[in-house]
Amino acid sequence: MSDKSDVLVIGAGVVGCAITRELAKFNLKTVLLEKENDVCGGVSKGNSGVLHTGLYYPKGSLKGKLCVEGRLMFPKLAKQLNVPYKLCGKHVIARTDEELKDLEGLKAVGEANGAKGLTIISGKELNKREPKVDALSALYSPVAGIMLPYLFTIALAENALSNGVKIHVETKVLNIEQVNSGYKVTTTQGVFYTDIIVNSAGLYADRISAMLGLDKYKLYPCRGEYLILDKNCGELINSMIYPVPPKIAGVLGVHLTPTIEGNVLIGPSAEFINMREDPRTTKEKIKQLMSGAKELLPSIPLNEIIYGFSAIRSKITPPEEKGSRDFIIREDIENFINLIGIESPGLTSSPAIAKMVVQMIKKRKDIKEKIDFDPTRRRTTPFRESSRSQQASLIKGDPTYGEMVCRCEHVSKREVIDALNNPFSARTISAVKYRTGAGMGRCHGGFCLPKIIEILTEEYGMLPKEIYLNNQKSPLFIGTTKELREKQKSE
Amino acid sequence: MNNFTSQDVDLIVIGGGPAGLAAAISAKKNGAQNLIIIERNNWLGGILPQCIHDGFGLEIFHEPLTGPEYAQRYIDELKKLNIPYMLNSMALEITPDKKVFVASPEDLFCFQAKAIILAMGCRERTRGQIYIPGTRPAGVYTAGVAQNLINLKNMMVGKDVVILGSGDIGMIMARRLTLEGAKVHAIVEILSHTNGLPRNIQQCLIDYEIPLLLSHTVTEIQGINRVESIIISQVNEKLTSIKGKERKIKCDTLLLSIGLIPENDLSKTCGVKLSPVTRGAIVDENLETSVQGVFACGNVLHVHDVVDFVSLEAERAGKSASECILKEQRKEKRIHIEVGDGLSYVLPQYISRDTDLELSIRVLNPREDASIGFFDKDALLKAEKFRKVHPAQMIKIKLKKSETKNINTLRVEVLQK
Repeated sequence: MSDKSDVLVIGAGVVGCAITRELAKFNLKTVLLEKENDVCGGVSKGNSGVLHTGLYYPKGSLKGKLCVEGRLMFPKLAKQLNVPYKLCGKHVIARTDEELKDLEGLKAVGEANGAKGLTIISGKELNKREPKVDALSALYSPVAGIMLPYLFTIALAENALSNGVKIHVETKVLNIEQVNSGYKVTTTQGVFYTDIIVNSAGLYADRISAMLGLDKYKLYPCRGEYLILDKNCGELINSMIYPVPPKIAGVLGVHLTPTIEGNVLIGPSAEFINMREDPRTTKEKIKQLMSGAKELLPSIPLNEIIYGFSAIRSKITPPEEKGSRDFIIREDIENFINLIGIESPGLTSSPAIAKMVVQMIKKRKDIKEKIDFDPTRRRTTPFRESSRSQQASLIKGDPTYGEMVCRCEHVSKREVIDALNNPFSARTISAVKYRTGAGMGRCHGGFCLPKIIEILTEEYGMLPKEIYLNNQKSPLFIGTTKELREKQKSE
Repeated sequence: MNNFTSQDVDLIVIGGGPAGLAAAISAKKNGAQNLIIIERNNWLGGILPQCIHDGFGLEIFHEPLTGPEYAQRYIDELKKLNIPYMLNSMALEITPDKKVFVASPEDLFCFQAKAIILAMGCRERTRGQIYIPGTRPAGVYTAGVAQNLINLKNMMVGKDVVILGSGDIGMIMARRLTLEGAKVHAIVEILSHTNGLPRNIQQCLIDYEIPLLLSHTVTEIQGINRVESIIISQVNEKLTSIKGKERKIKCDTLLLSIGLIPENDLSKTCGVKLSPVTRGAIVDENLETSVQGVFACGNVLHVHDVVDFVSLEAERAGKSASECILKEQRKEKRIHIEVGDGLSYVLPQYISRDTDLELSIRVLNPREDASIGFFDKDALLKAEKFRKVHPAQMIKIKLKKSETKNINTLRVEVLQK
């Protein structure tokens, strides 16, 4: 159906998008396939949004190496892609004598991985920096940071796209066959031919791998739940507050993360589940998160929680095994590169994973860097990030900047329209939410939802039935009011 | 160099809903000249245009009006008085020295005001604020948003509906959805009593045979893409769900009518002190907040159950603001009104001069044959009897100047029999 590509990437999460954007630098025909209607549909949007420093992963592991490398690559990349980030630092706190010893261990591991500037500070010093947090001692990592994972993923994809890569959404891979000179990939949108496949299908990477007979990988879906505190709690903490990791399941424990938008995230929980598509939040875990948060910060105002969400990790470590197995990144079959079990620190590592995968491809193909690669991404200037004078200029240049769609986050109509004009034609409420922040605030869409719907019907001529929350299976309306009554009459 | 447009005004009214309209009209009638209303929607009247049921205006106009009709009376008067207003305009920030930054398609404005009336209304509590577990599909709406979409946009949110919360909006929406052909399977209320006006229980639920499940709550939302079902459960006295008392209801929509929160994000930008109980500003009998020259009225001050009371309160705020602009002496003393037994709040929180007072009071629990008493220390100044009191019904009591003259303290409480 399509022309044959050089490289075909499966899965538009942060790792798939980072790889695709890296490939866009070279004289290659690259295609990215995504089963959902937009990029960043899975765990890439549902995580803490943390730039890790490599405290937790054994020396010599891919996790340790790629995490540190990726973190160092991030500031330049964020600038090019025009996405916000903040190196707010992180404190791992110790509250018992046993945990004090653990801090030393974490520091040693981090340093072995090449993390810089790690110091252990006293409880008194911690109290100066974080007046609301009490502990015996804390490990401080100055270069740990926060970012918006969904915006980063979207930016990677958009920048790849503007450099000539093809991205197909709503394209689910059904089958892969080896053919004479490469692979034949059958999807819900037809057949694609390619020389090389990169499997970055996240939670489904084992199934993609099994399509070529490589069924040795088993992924264990592990759900993580979060709670979000209102922005007016932004001053509670200045840095990330982590406990010493519990010695189970290879997770970091319930932590408090300030977000770029000024909220505070509580979470995540860790719960192995049977179904991969089970993005619930549960009463038990909500309770657990609340008590975990109280332990870290006793005065945390839990009545300021505005929302809860969950996402599913793709773990390669079985539930019964303590600790956490390393990332698997390897060419399992010639020209077929598997990325399996890319869980935390996958977000931080993603730029380094992308470099590593391109190095692997270089061994198979004689590739050259394009001279016209443009690493920068234009972003609609967010109204709320501008000074009053800049806001006045924005409005003078474009009156739609003066019309607020989202009252909580001060998102203008201009930003909403630009978000809806995304290159993937994802004209959903979620597409707007993740691109602009409209609907993420304390009223949770109470004000902006009718306004976004108005834009969809007036500017895009969409009917009520065609308006979706996430995808075509999640309609907001059953039709117009009259339709239902007419239907009932005729019945 | 700043390139926004600066403008001096005597009074800026933030919000063009029922409170803002009545406040502006009253201010103008009381002598304020240079005033303007800022409204973020492209219509005046706030929430009223979507309230197409009747029952508004009984107190003020002595006849039942629909929401749009009620709003129109004020809009007509506003226009007659030539009071300017800006639509599609949102106040972004108020500085403590009363500069108000307003974004509009025309420009970014900076109004320097002598007085400000906060009339931003309230917002609905959402699912996240009461931690309902489950999936996050399409089909979960707050009742007010659903009302907007159905009544103003003719968009039908679902056909098999469960409503959580027996507040007035929830009950009115139960009737509305039924009239539009949807099946409302139940209204689920966690408390052992309803949270709305008695007339709505009769006219919206009983008349339409919509089941009301008291002492029940929603414990889980199910369905990946669109709501497929919800789990409800009976609750005990501590309002926690009872094991074994859960049941599943198949539905495609969950409406939440779980309370309103005064929308004071803007008030905070200029340092207005808020009450943790009402979640609105702390005010004196002039409805002046802790920031001199900044007044509050309507649902941004405390959530009302009847719009007529919003308008009446706003009239007082408008009058006070105009007095402030005209520099009339208003403050003589400062007495804190103490909230005694059986009450959730009394508004205003302070008295600043000898004058006739009108207090808004809410009780904590429903009660029959109750008396509300006013004390200066142990001396009973006045008591007023009620056949029935209910948390959902705001009580208004007037105190004459003569009744509070020479008091040093004031406490209000429900009298024990």
